[in-house]
Amino acid sequence: MALLEVKNLEVCYGVIRALKGISFEVNQGEIVSLIGANGAGKTTTMQSIMGLIPIKSGTVTYDGQVINKIPGHKLVPMGMSQVPEGRRVFQEMTVYENLVLGAYAQKDKKKIKDDIDEICTRFPRLGERKKQVAGTLSGGEQQMLAMGRAMMSHPKLLMLDEPSMGLSPLLVDQVFEIIKDYHKSGVTILLVEQNAKKALSISDRAYVLETGAITMEGNAADLLNDESVKKAYLGE
Amino acid sequence: MSTIFDGLSLGAIYALIALGYTMVYGIAKMLNFAHGDIIMVGAYAIFTTLAAGGHIGLALVVAVVVCVVFGIVIEKVAYKPLRGSSPLAVLITAIGVSYLLQSVAQIIFGAKAQTVSMVSFGSMKIGSAEISIASVITLVVGAVIMAGLTLFVRNTRTGRAMQAVSEDKGAAQLMGINVNRIIMITFAIGSALAACASIFYLMQIPSTEPTLGSMPGIKAFTAAVIGGIGSIPGAMIGGVLLGVVEKICLSIPVLAPYTTAVEFAILILILLVRPIGLLGKKRREKV
Repeated sequence: MALLEVKNLEVCYGVIRALKGISFEVNQGEIVSLIGANGAGKTTTMQSIMGLIPIKSGTVTYDGQVINKIPGHKLVPMGMSQVPEGRRVFQEMTVYENLVLGAYAQKDKKKIKDDIDEICTRFPRLGERKKQVAGTLSGGEQQMLAMGRAMMSHPKLLMLDEPSMGLSPLLVDQVFEIIKDYHKSGVTILLVEQNAKKALSISDRAYVLETGAITMEGNAADLLNDESVKKAYLGE
Repeated sequence: MSTIFDGLSLGAIYALIALGYTMVYGIAKMLNFAHGDIIMVGAYAIFTTLAAGGHIGLALVVAVVVCVVFGIVIEKVAYKPLRGSSPLAVLITAIGVSYLLQSVAQIIFGAKAQTVSMVSFGSMKIGSAEISIASVITLVVGAVIMAGLTLFVRNTRTGRAMQAVSEDKGAAQLMGINVNRIIMITFAIGSALAACASIFYLMQIPSTEPTLGSMPGIKAFTAAVIGGIGSIPGAMIGGVLLGVVEKICLSIPVLAPYTTAVEFAILILILLVRPIGLLGKKRREKV
């Protein structure tokens, strides 16, 4: 069953059609990637799903419910969580406060504390830097914080927008290991990436987005071996 | 000594108003130029309650309730529809709301200043200095309110959400924070603080008129900019600084006629040296 289903999604910035009616779905338990070049509409897709930018037409269905008209902040308690492009951690707040905000929908303080402890075991670096202001963390640490913060709401569907952006190859590997590991705990993943090779290597299925339209879709393994994908996105 | 004391208490009034400017700016990224007129609304609420024979405590409650309702309604009707449009449109709307409030007050209460029958608190002697009890009350209560506000913003769930919205609205929404609700709460808190400011103001000058809010509004806005707009401790420091400077200038005969000029000169000086204000933060550009 599809946990997330996007149908004929159209988003416009003024007269520019950033998304020209795209359709895709993410099934329960899958890792699905949306790959494409800069400006293809990947982030627009992610932001419109979470209600950060208005949808012109089309529907987004989550867990059997049409969510286009639901205000974005109500989607978090429903089990959707997003790690935004550029991490967007709260720079002036500490690591701890960022994590507490991730659990905004949770009112049980004891539970929040336990969850933070759990996140700190998953990301030991965050545990060491709990009291540090997030703006002083390195890029990699901020990515970990953004991921930990998104996990604090116990999502059923975790959406990650360019988690590898600006990170060293070693850190990119680490980030993808964490995503794989988190997926094993039963969370469905929607991943947006420019690093197509990495994304395809951990995904079940993938869609190729080009200037606001989906041009290819299929099993990740098939796409990895596809000649045109290789040429355009894998640099082979 | 008593000059400094009066200055501190006037500063507390400016600080309370400045907090409204700075919090709304920090969270909604707009300059609410109608904020000064909320003090006028509060003053008329107090005037009406006292004229009807109400107790001063009741007057304060009425003022807070009326101001909060005004703040929320103004935000909903005038500013919310403009969210996301050009800052200039919002600024002009705010100025329009300011004139609207003044005009409506003039229609209801007339243009002439009216005396508010405030309780007189008298003064007390500490050593050789004579200190007005109204100033003491203003200073103490003002300090308690500001400490409470600081604790609220730092330590409560709603306070943290306010910080988050002020830093990044989009990311705040991704946390499940209802951004519109937080903006509404901010307007409500700002207006409640303005209501407190209006009662302290009337304790010093027991008279109200439709343009009552203009000057303290501008002074408080100046205080907020001196302290660094968007910064809560900045607004407090800016307010107190301005209040003390004002009272010191007024106590020196040569300087007294130029008091306002001195205050704005300080603003210009501080902005020349530190354009973001004393405690303002430079936002790092996102990569």
